[in-house]
Amino acid sequence: MKLTLKIWRQRNAADKGRMASYELDDVSPDMSFLEMLDVLNERLIIEGDDPVAFDHDCREGICGMCSLVIDGTAHGPQRATTTCQLHMRHFKDGDVITIEPWRASAFPVIKDLVVDRSAFDRIIQAGGYVSAPTGSAPEAASIPIPQADAHDAFDAATCIGCGACVAACPNASAMLFTAAKITHLGLMPQGQPERYGRVTAMVDQMDAEGFGGCTNTGECTSVCPKGIPLETISRLNADLLKATAKG
Amino acid sequence: MSWTYQKIGHMFRNVSSVSRSTPVAAPRRPQAPSTAALPRRLYRSSVGKKAVMAVTGGILVLFLVGHMLGNLKVFLGRADFDHYAHWLRTIGEPALPHRVFLTIMEAVLTVAVILHMWSAVSLARRARQARPVRYAVRPKAQEHRYATHVMRYGGIIILLFVIWHLLDLTFGVVNPKSGGAEPYDKVVADFDPSRWYITVFYVIAVVMVGLHLKHGLWSAFQTLGWGRQRRYRGLHLFADVVAALLVIGFVAVPVMVTIGVVK
Repeated sequence: MKLTLKIWRQRNAADKGRMASYELDDVSPDMSFLEMLDVLNERLIIEGDDPVAFDHDCREGICGMCSLVIDGTAHGPQRATTTCQLHMRHFKDGDVITIEPWRASAFPVIKDLVVDRSAFDRIIQAGGYVSAPTGSAPEAASIPIPQADAHDAFDAATCIGCGACVAACPNASAMLFTAAKITHLGLMPQGQPERYGRVTAMVDQMDAEGFGGCTNTGECTSVCPKGIPLETISRLNADLLKATAKG
Repeated sequence: MSWTYQKIGHMFRNVSSVSRSTPVAAPRRPQAPSTAALPRRLYRSSVGKKAVMAVTGGILVLFLVGHMLGNLKVFLGRADFDHYAHWLRTIGEPALPHRVFLTIMEAVLTVAVILHMWSAVSLARRARQARPVRYAVRPKAQEHRYATHVMRYGGIIILLFVIWHLLDLTFGVVNPKSGGAEPYDKVVADFDPSRWYITVFYVIAVVMVGLHLKHGLWSAFQTLGWGRQRRYRGLHLFADVVAALLVIGFVAVPVMVTIGVVK
């Protein structure tokens, strides 16, 4: 496959950045998207150029490190798939592919396609702790949990914190991410003691980081590689409003 | 058994292949927990502002339903329509003085409109600041819904329409009849066939209101915490049906006057 790549190049956070064009001649449809970028980088290194910086780690779709807005869609054209699990067979010979970093003021570009997502870590930190006994594992059936709640909590807990929701949101809102954490802990008996303090602190931190507000467009959930459902956001809203009413 | 605290944060990343010498924005601290009164606590967060929008929007929708039902009285004839318009001023009499109920309603609606717009402007500004650098390739709308896309601009168009509408049929400034004329005469004169462009303008504005509600209505439920996967179909259906009925009900009057059914 012959491809033209238009890639965002930016030396550092202070650099203005620009789009650069690259031609790749010998792309196999069996390559993953990141392997395709590896091939480009090897060539750039041999030619004495600066390789394109992009985030990646497990390449198994579970760590949340990879990102990339591919032709305007976070994590590319295949639904419920991270960029690392996206394969070149979803593209055609002669395609022009535009690759950009997540765009949000709360996710400043560090270099090229790498953004600083530590705002998410600070939202998690603001959530604090859950009061849970540590030490030896408790008897499994000692805390009964309704099956439906367990399923919903588990669905929310699959969030890998990649930030695609922010990238896709027209408001650059971090609501789906924050809501996944709130839902995951709020549905569990272990999450109850700090439930309302947690939602207030996490939403405060989310707002302080400069993310936009949610307008219920649903763009986040459609690009989410883990398919975190939109109802998590409504659960967060319910908890936050209850916490606000309580004071 | 000893209870210790278990950190829930375990998502530490390392940024591979990039040196961390580049300056990274210092962590932004949220404001200290507020002990302020409920309205201030609510207005502090982006979620609270959305809740204000949802509740004020709900008040405005209820008004629209009443307004539409009142409008339809035009089909019962001049006497019924004018009688209804006068009755609005006498609700609650003799317990309430003349026009007091209507004045309270006007005040509530004005406050609702102001709060609704204030929240919208504040959230729109926040969104603008949240994405200073735009995408080169416009993000493809995965969930593309035209109604969702036009909420902000549609809101501005609706505001301009409401101003015109008040100048037209409430104050009579831009109406062929004076402000003191009977309501039925004002409506018939306004949408006279020779003034077809006014009818077109009204129809476009009402369709904008319908689109605004198609997204706004279900979105209000989502914002207030009632959105669940199993309810989304029902909520969307409810929003679509209410929006469609309001559009049909509101469009009926000017169109029927223009084509001469109501004279």
